[in-house]
Amino acid sequence: MNKVTNVKFAGLGGQGILTCTDILGRVVFDMGNDVKKAEVHGMSQRGGAITSDLRYGEKVFSPMIPVGEANYLVVLGEDQIEPNQHHLKENGILVKPSDFEADKLENKRTLNVALLGALSKHMDISVEQWMEAIRQQFPERLVAVNEKAFMLGRGE
Amino acid sequence: MSNERKLMSGNEAVALGAMHAGCALGVGYPGTPSTEILENYSKLGGKAQWSPNEKVAAEVGIGVAFSGTRTLVTMKHVGLNVAADPFFTVAYTGVTGGMVMAVADDPGMASSQNEQDSRNYARAAGVPMLEPADSQEAYEMTKLAFELSERWNQPVILRLCTRVCHSKTIVVPGESTSVPPANYERDIKQRVMIPAYARPAHKVLRGKLVEMEAWNNAEGPNPIFGDSSKLGIIADGVAALHALEAVPDAKILKLGMVYPLPMKAILEFIDSVDDCIVVEEGDPFIQTEVLAAGGKVRPRLERYRFGELDVVRVKRIVDGDDSEEPAPPRGKPPQLCDGCPHRASFDMLKKLGCIITGDIGCYTLSVLPPFETMDTCVCMGASIGVGLGMRHVLPEEQARKIVSVIGDSTFVHSGLTGVADMVYNRPETGHVIVILDNGTTAMTGLQEHPGTGKKLDHHPSGKTVSLENTCEAMGVDKVVIVDPQREMDQFEQAMKEAMASNDLTVVIARRPCILAIVRDAKFERGEKVR
Repeated sequence: MNKVTNVKFAGLGGQGILTCTDILGRVVFDMGNDVKKAEVHGMSQRGGAITSDLRYGEKVFSPMIPVGEANYLVVLGEDQIEPNQHHLKENGILVKPSDFEADKLENKRTLNVALLGALSKHMDISVEQWMEAIRQQFPERLVAVNEKAFMLGRGE
Repeated sequence: MSNERKLMSGNEAVALGAMHAGCALGVGYPGTPSTEILENYSKLGGKAQWSPNEKVAAEVGIGVAFSGTRTLVTMKHVGLNVAADPFFTVAYTGVTGGMVMAVADDPGMASSQNEQDSRNYARAAGVPMLEPADSQEAYEMTKLAFELSERWNQPVILRLCTRVCHSKTIVVPGESTSVPPANYERDIKQRVMIPAYARPAHKVLRGKLVEMEAWNNAEGPNPIFGDSSKLGIIADGVAALHALEAVPDAKILKLGMVYPLPMKAILEFIDSVDDCIVVEEGDPFIQTEVLAAGGKVRPRLERYRFGELDVVRVKRIVDGDDSEEPAPPRGKPPQLCDGCPHRASFDMLKKLGCIITGDIGCYTLSVLPPFETMDTCVCMGASIGVGLGMRHVLPEEQARKIVSVIGDSTFVHSGLTGVADMVYNRPETGHVIVILDNGTTAMTGLQEHPGTGKKLDHHPSGKTVSLENTCEAMGVDKVVIVDPQREMDQFEQAMKEAMASNDLTVVIARRPCILAIVRDAKFERGEKVR
């Protein structure tokens, strides 16, 4: 049976949704999976609600996660839970800022990466694999602060 | 050449395909979701440039192709409306070098004013069309499009959509080809479309389309998946991927070349199954053609013409489910950025009670709360023409309140001819145009244009097209330039005077987009920017 894992990210334009989706995309891509990532740009950049879909597995067809099929829903704000809850599969896992001490973040803009840390606790992917993707994603001056954010989100 | 797998967007894949196809010049106008094609093509080292609008872009592309070498022309779906004039006739002239027009549709209207289906243009103009479903196909079909274009000496459309442009999927790139350098060979009967030469050209075009259909039947990019004899699905583009997931037991004919359709192959496919349905996003384009050719397909329910398709909706289409679809919860709508210079401008225009004929750009968001101060928005440049029409017929009290509001990039794209009309057919009460000049094409992601003084890659263009000098030269009575942050009193005063007088006034509210300031600073520091 072809098993596809679906991770949905939800937030507002400017919160770094596309960046954290890219990081997860890089991690699962490097593991040799088929990967599809779908997002909507444009009007939604201007502070509007946006979602981003990341799907991976042996073979992925549609780039969009069918409603109610998300294994994980990662929200960048608690106010994003209600409008996106319906995407989550039964027994799917919700990852949200209150899962960790988000107010301890050195830089608030790293909340997206901290959420990946929180997500990583539920996934069978090594910390080093995540770190490698973070190092590839950011310019050097932003790597350390994002690594810290990731570990904070992970609770380590 | 590396054949390593890469995760890339459809737009990146088209850019890479054009590079590997030896394209000599990429040209277009920004438009979501097509914008990143040329930006990526430029980053890969390709020669790429923004045109003032899609019509000019298509014409520049035709010039390249007449010169015997390859060109990529990019635009969003509504851009093809602007470029429709050269588009229809280049189908008659044909091309020498390969000409590929990447046209990106926006079903569901994530960022557009309509959800027109570009496949209709392929049929209307007689231009062949390829439709990739993911980034691998976007890469391969870009290369194939150049090959087909040169094989039949016809332009080819690469139809994209939001979910192909902006989805990242895996690509294993192939080899590069080199193409002959540009060289002009005269062929006036082929390239000068006076009626005497255009009449035979039309017949030649129709003959070529018959040949292309035969090719598409025999060896077109139209694979069949599955072997069910019960249910058959004919699908194109990303809709085919949804179908593969939604109905894994069906037999699926995935059409990669949607015009001219491989009708013989389609009819054979229909004969091989008990029940057949077309799954396509947008208009029932394939379905209509198939039914007209006598193919027996179960018609799609009308409700699925609207919006994007996905796995759930495709299941419903196949099941013939016409029950009400659950409306997704409404998310927070987009808005003008905090600190956006347009905010103060709209506060003031609202205070003055203006009737605003608006235009396409970030400032269209002024239609939403808290401003709700835009009265019309139709297409690029329409603010001026629509405003003039209203000025001509409305009673004076209302006419004086009409103000056309347009952005700097949109003004260069389609506003200049509106100004010419304003000067030529002057309304009795005069008219007022406000150019919200934030020095960039902001909504699509901060692209340059002829008025910014910078080229697509953000390096200086040498000469800037001056909005104020252009308006003055065209005969506008009064041009006022204000800073909407520091000179709001002068801005308001200028508006009051302009609306009270019978002058033709252009007020340029000039202050850079705050996002562009950040981007430019990054660029100056040598950091990676779009």
